[in-house]
Amino acid sequence: MLPARAGRRARPGVVVPRGAPLDRFGLRDLLAEAAHGIGSRPARLLLTIVGTVLGIGSLVVTVGLAQTAAGQVARQFDAVAATQVVVEPATARSGDSQRTVGRIPWDVEDRLDRLAGVEQVGAVSTVDIGAATVSAVPVNDPSAPALTPPPVLATTPGLLDAVRGTIATGRSFDAGHDARADRVVVLGVRAAQRLGVFRVDRQPSIFIGERPYTVIGILGDVQRRSDLLDSVLLPVGTARADFALAGLEQAQVTIAVGAGAVVGEQAPIALDPATPEAVDVQVPPPPSAVRRDVQADINAIFLALGAVALLVGGLGIANVTLLSVRERVGEIGLRRALGATTRDVAQQFLVESVVIGLLGGLVGAAIGVLVVVAVSLAKEWTPILDEAAVVGSALLGGVIGLAAGTYPAVKAARIEPIAALRGTAT
Amino acid sequence: MRRSDVDPGRADPHRADPHRADPDGAAPPGADPHPAPDAPGGACAPPVPVIELRGVARSFPGDPPVQALRHADLVVRPGEYVSVVGPSGSGKSTLLHLLGLLDRPTSGEYLLDGLATRELTERDRSALRGGRIGFVFQSFHLLPHRTVLDNVLLATLYSGVPRTERRDRAHAALERVGMSHRLDFLPPVLSGGERQRVAVARAVIASPHVLLADEPTGNLDSVTSGGVLDLFDELHAQGLTLVVITHDATVSARAPRCVRITDGVLQEV
Repeated sequence: MLPARAGRRARPGVVVPRGAPLDRFGLRDLLAEAAHGIGSRPARLLLTIVGTVLGIGSLVVTVGLAQTAAGQVARQFDAVAATQVVVEPATARSGDSQRTVGRIPWDVEDRLDRLAGVEQVGAVSTVDIGAATVSAVPVNDPSAPALTPPPVLATTPGLLDAVRGTIATGRSFDAGHDARADRVVVLGVRAAQRLGVFRVDRQPSIFIGERPYTVIGILGDVQRRSDLLDSVLLPVGTARADFALAGLEQAQVTIAVGAGAVVGEQAPIALDPATPEAVDVQVPPPPSAVRRDVQADINAIFLALGAVALLVGGLGIANVTLLSVRERVGEIGLRRALGATTRDVAQQFLVESVVIGLLGGLVGAAIGVLVVVAVSLAKEWTPILDEAAVVGSALLGGVIGLAAGTYPAVKAARIEPIAALRGTAT
Repeated sequence: MRRSDVDPGRADPHRADPHRADPDGAAPPGADPHPAPDAPGGACAPPVPVIELRGVARSFPGDPPVQALRHADLVVRPGEYVSVVGPSGSGKSTLLHLLGLLDRPTSGEYLLDGLATRELTERDRSALRGGRIGFVFQSFHLLPHRTVLDNVLLATLYSGVPRTERRDRAHAALERVGMSHRLDFLPPVLSGGERQRVAVARAVIASPHVLLADEPTGNLDSVTSGGVLDLFDELHAQGLTLVVITHDATVSARAPRCVRITDGVLQEV
């Protein structure tokens, strides 16, 4: 009975002409119908989007505050901690005793200076002065109480800069003093007080054991190795000549911000090409790793909360759309009778829930941005927000609407027009 | 000949239909109503029936199965006004659902405009519903949150009425049922008779070939019923094919032709 007519239509199997595709339930019609479906119950719409608003909002707040806080961390960046490197010989533990297995070469300054990222290098070592005393006068007073002498440290000329020290008065020694093994010392400020040395313009001397040393300067302050302030500092060359200094214990290096990883890798090779593992390099930790870990934990909690809120929001949309499908059975039947296909009906409900989700996403993203800005204002931070994250969050609402609306839409499409048209008066 | 002032605009709905001899399906929009002699056929070749049932039966599964409609044969020619009467439970609604392509017969064949519908896809049946059948329901089925105009426009969404013509046609259809003064009213504030007029406007806007009315006066009092039936008479006079299902004798008396259905058996009166 069916005449086989190819017709003018490309779609095979379509027997009944449907009019121009643009005239029949096009996108405009779909959106208009969905908008009417949503807009007819504004109070319910508000309740429906609450879950999505909360979910998307907490998502945006989490991301925004994380970014803002990250910006804040960068600002409060600990400049000293991030640019100080300490080099020490590796130690090996054998039995109970611990001993160093490597050594820092005397020309550590020259070797490390050549590395990219290194700014100042200095080395330090304690000097064993035996039973010798340190005093300002060479008087052997048997009745004087036995005092612990201030520690004597051998330092390279660069150490002062490497520990960011300042000279209170006088000057520091230089490479010349070191090379000539001049008998000069710099006193830490507290050691100077103890020895009664307050000015250096009259070239006071102190005695280590029997030997006099000219005090050429007093160290005022340091950022690292604050024990230097209690100590008597000798040039390394002098310590080697007078006290047979065996080796350097530690090198202090200042580096450019961010050069820690490179310096940490290269310094051992520069210092001991044959056995680089014999040198320990302590580079600054990557910028506040600890703080970032904590931040990540907090973020995870917030994101989990957001995910739960989103889930609840999605279920809310699904629930309300399902309810709305049930309420509008008559309307669905009518639309089917007027020529709507199951697809038209499904599309309408799907678009309705997507629009609801999108609305929730937009409102949530807006509220989230406001919260981030408000918190930043209160804490006097600079709010930092990725626009892509905000827009993406808003769109995520639409995706949730899509997921939530699928089941109700299928349900709506399955409604038999006969059953739908029976009863239910308008 | 079938008069077709209710069929403007749609791009040749009968194209390539070998059964159809009537060429005026492509009447231009706003074509004058033809004078309306009721007798179909005449000297011309007999037109293809709008509705033709050939041994259609519908049974519903159960124990024992319910025979809602038994082997019905029915021919409704263009321009006819047929009432289907019968007590409740006699299979009237089943017949309407079958005629309206809302249900498929268990056996037999239903030809709409000479087109066999039994094997059509749901998509094609939807297109037929939207384009060739107008429904009027007992309970009106107007959307309560939409204005009168929107409710009428609803029928243009799915039937392929050209977008640019929709509003004009909605206005014309409402004019035709005498409701053009209520365009922006919401259905709940209208009287029953007014609502049914809006429903009729919605049913005729897409220029259907047949108007199926299911107890159109079932929710109306006698005065407003009369108004709606007068409207049906007018539509009939303008050439529209009508099938009215009712259990009310006064309603069926208005139709020139009456078909009775009793216990699923269809017979001419």
